[in-house]
Amino acid sequence: MYSTNYVIGFILILTSTVAIALTGLREGTKEQAALNEEIFNKRAILAAVNSHIPGGRSVKDLSDPEVIELFTNNIEQVTLNMQGEPVTTVMADKIDMGKERKKSESERLLPLFIYENEGEKFYILSVRGNGLWDEIWGNIALEGDLNTVTGVSFDHKGETPGLGAEIKDNPAFGKQFEGRKIYENGQYKSIDVVKGGVKNQSHEVDGISGATITGDGVAEMLYRGIKYYEPYLATLGSTN
Amino acid sequence: MAENTLQTAKTKEPLMPFGKKERKLLTDPLSDNNPITIQVLGICSALAVTSLVYPSVVMSIAVIFVTAFSSLFTSILRNYIPKQVRMIVQLVIIATLVTIVELVLKYFNYPIYKQLSVYIGLIITNCIVMGRLEAFAMANTPWKSFLDGIGNGLGYGVILVAVGVVREVFGKGSLFAGSPIEMKIIGPNSDYFINTMTNEWFSWYANNNLMVLPAAAMFIIGIFIWIQRSINPKLVDIS
Repeated sequence: MYSTNYVIGFILILTSTVAIALTGLREGTKEQAALNEEIFNKRAILAAVNSHIPGGRSVKDLSDPEVIELFTNNIEQVTLNMQGEPVTTVMADKIDMGKERKKSESERLLPLFIYENEGEKFYILSVRGNGLWDEIWGNIALEGDLNTVTGVSFDHKGETPGLGAEIKDNPAFGKQFEGRKIYENGQYKSIDVVKGGVKNQSHEVDGISGATITGDGVAEMLYRGIKYYEPYLATLGSTN
Repeated sequence: MAENTLQTAKTKEPLMPFGKKERKLLTDPLSDNNPITIQVLGICSALAVTSLVYPSVVMSIAVIFVTAFSSLFTSILRNYIPKQVRMIVQLVIIATLVTIVELVLKYFNYPIYKQLSVYIGLIITNCIVMGRLEAFAMANTPWKSFLDGIGNGLGYGVILVAVGVVREVFGKGSLFAGSPIEMKIIGPNSDYFINTMTNEWFSWYANNNLMVLPAAAMFIIGIFIWIQRSINPKLVDIS
């Protein structure tokens, strides 16, 4: 048996060495990792307006610097509070939707990205909700009429590959949202994810077989999440 | 005179020999002592990650790295680790290496890091890693332990990729989806190599949704075990 002092000494040296090595590595990679994360998030936001990227390209084909450039040049960032008033405390792209969800509903901040391309304006909203296993989130882009959806992009923390994860992996799911509307004769309807076939072409999309709960999560997330933006969108004088 | 001959006759042992025994450390876990099909370890991640081939490959590389270097460091320290905290020390080494993998992934390939984030962390709980430390690295020299780690990591990787190929081809009709070398093999539109809409031989074909669920990995691994023991009968009663 080793003496207690030896054990304590050994553990101390081991943990200090490991702690220093890991801290050093983390510090060294922190900047690039943060940049990677920022670009990843910006790609997700731009994916909602994928059909309006200059040059007819897809977000996937853009290089990292191009993503930053497009974001800086073509996107106006607005941060909103839950009353629909713009605030300047933090930039929209720095808002962590996950952290906002932990605050009480009235204290949350909402990011809004106004994307302009060839004279057209698109309003990109960010929403977040619950899937089957963990959180899901997404971006939904509205056309200038603040009613028609031009594109969506979804992501998730831990949905099942091939089932819930299809909201992200299968482009066919997101494509359904293009052209759908969120208002009907001035009344807010959002977009529902249904089973057994779409009956209302303007306000419904087909769910994914075997991913009912994730689909319900997407519908709930959209209904609640888009509603948060209503106060501000109303001030823009939309034509529903 | 006789003393001199005795002294010159004693040649220095090479530091990192690669003879027959060392080669066996690499090849045994690929078949006769496969960590998944024979030792039956590391099944959990084999079920979770293998729905697509690309994550399976990245996961395998991560596990090879962790198993090899944790075996190496544990072996170097094996005579100094106090018995009372043996497992804790091993865990610290494994956890450190897994954290290094995460940090490196975050740096070089953020999208894949996001895709695999939970599973990389779970390498710490992968029985293969701890299993090799206990069964081999604690009682063997560093170089041999390093090779043993690589061998077991490779054995794990081979099964993972094999299961991944079956699950992705029959469950999604593609290979390496999500990577730069994605191949679309069989599916309902012209993107695919075999277009089930226009090909009369395969118009009945639809993706097998069971392949997408973890349960399929269980069945496939079971079939691999069966095939392996049929080919090599002396493995039948081994575990």
